[in-house]
Amino acid sequence: MKDLEIALKCHKIIGGYGEGEALVSHEPICFYLTDPKTGTVREKSHELIGKSLANKVLVFPSGKASSVVQIDGLFKLAQHSVAPKAMIVKDVETVLVVSAFIVKVPLVDKLEKDPFEIIQTGDFIKVNAEKGLVKITKR
Amino acid sequence: MHVTKEEERILNGEFGQGTQKALELLVAIGDAYDAEKMIPISRAHAASSGQEGDLYFVELLANGGAICKVPTSTNPVYDIHYFENLFEVPKGEAEVARRVMEAYRRVGAILSWSCIPYMAENIPLFGETVAFSESSATPYVNSVIGARTNREAAQSALAAGIIGKTPEYGLHIKENRKGTCLVKVEASLKDEFDYTLLGYAVGKRLGYGIPVLDGISKRPNTEELINFCAMSNTSGAISMFYMPGFSVEAATIEEAFQGDVPEEKITVTNRELKRAYEELQTTSGRIDFVMLGCPHYTLKQLEQVAELLKGKKIHKDVAFWVCTSATTKLLAKRNGYVDVIEKAGGHVAVDTCIDEPCWIAYKDGVGMTDSPKCAYYRRFKDVIVSRLGDCTEAAIKGKWG
Repeated sequence: MKDLEIALKCHKIIGGYGEGEALVSHEPICFYLTDPKTGTVREKSHELIGKSLANKVLVFPSGKASSVVQIDGLFKLAQHSVAPKAMIVKDVETVLVVSAFIVKVPLVDKLEKDPFEIIQTGDFIKVNAEKGLVKITKR
Repeated sequence: MHVTKEEERILNGEFGQGTQKALELLVAIGDAYDAEKMIPISRAHAASSGQEGDLYFVELLANGGAICKVPTSTNPVYDIHYFENLFEVPKGEAEVARRVMEAYRRVGAILSWSCIPYMAENIPLFGETVAFSESSATPYVNSVIGARTNREAAQSALAAGIIGKTPEYGLHIKENRKGTCLVKVEASLKDEFDYTLLGYAVGKRLGYGIPVLDGISKRPNTEELINFCAMSNTSGAISMFYMPGFSVEAATIEEAFQGDVPEEKITVTNRELKRAYEELQTTSGRIDFVMLGCPHYTLKQLEQVAELLKGKKIHKDVAFWVCTSATTKLLAKRNGYVDVIEKAGGHVAVDTCIDEPCWIAYKDGVGMTDSPKCAYYRRFKDVIVSRLGDCTEAAIKGKWG
């Protein structure tokens, strides 16, 4: 039987399409505090420590830390092809928009339903930012 | 978002690819925030860095022929020639820094290479609309000066400087400058370092928002405000705050909340500051280096360092660095502070910052600093954070604790 797919409308910030396994973080993310070669979070005391952002659809509340390092952090992940495939964020901020603009990773917000209630790590997510649509397959 | 005829022509590439890319980015940001239109700015500060993400964007604009339309200052990078005889900097990293600096020159930026340009090289006035990136610069400009800026990235600030505009959203709109959290300060704030701890604690606790600090009895000085700005915008994302009585935009608590009730109330006591301090004591014993000047030290702070080191010798196994702007070093030299620091065995470095790749020689070393921001990015094996006086004492003894 085909897994049930949930479709939710969202608001496009940076366009494009990306799909992959969901990785949910309840804490803000600083891309600089990840291993640029593997995408593994290495920030002490972060809930995702040891987990990799590579090729995931990242669901997180917001970015954090100095603007200087945040963009460079994501840029380095993209250079090593270990950036997230798409990002679903709750509180958008300028630094995050710039980061996503430069590495061309789709970024959306304002999902119809609270992403932290509906998406769990491991679900399969398709983000069609151009169409303003997120599709979730529960795992 | 409404786009004017002129903006449309820029987006069509009629004025070159540099301005086109710059405006594309500003429009994406405007879309993200549902901004209605672009508004003019009078100056910008781009938090440039010797890092590859920054290089990519500034070269994209420079190669596309973009030139800054309004005064746009730059953040620290580093000058490889300065470090040449002192230690090894990997060639690849140094080349990135050189190209970044060259590209900012090509786009006609003010080559301040300072993270506190609001002190000398690029000073907004009350009520000005600007685009200032950099941890301490954004909250300082909003809160201490009362100009208006969003929490920009280096690239969005540069793009705004190129176009001379920014999308109208966030802190450019008065209602959004309303306080969100009442912070009762019951801690005793004795010096600059206490403001560092206060900023660290408030940023960490709130994450984001506009704190309104109540209970500060003595007027904070410039350095104390710089530290509070830098740390609250590093441990959290605090772009603006109020200290009614001392900050310019609201004279009273009620005014800071624009007549509304605070969404949240917290209290910061000596216990929170002590806890923040203890969190920063990661190790003790022998140290390899001391790194000061994050944010860049002011003239007054260089004077303090000189006083602490007067007639003293820094331990032979400890490297001692103070980062500041070229402008400040010029004055510090004139006033004799640089001589005293150098005689003691220290260095006063300009145009750079503790978070640049040039310090790779110390990557396995244990350092000491008065700035939690320096420790936060984990460029070094271990960094102990304490007061300036503790740092100079440890530098002389060669160990801490």
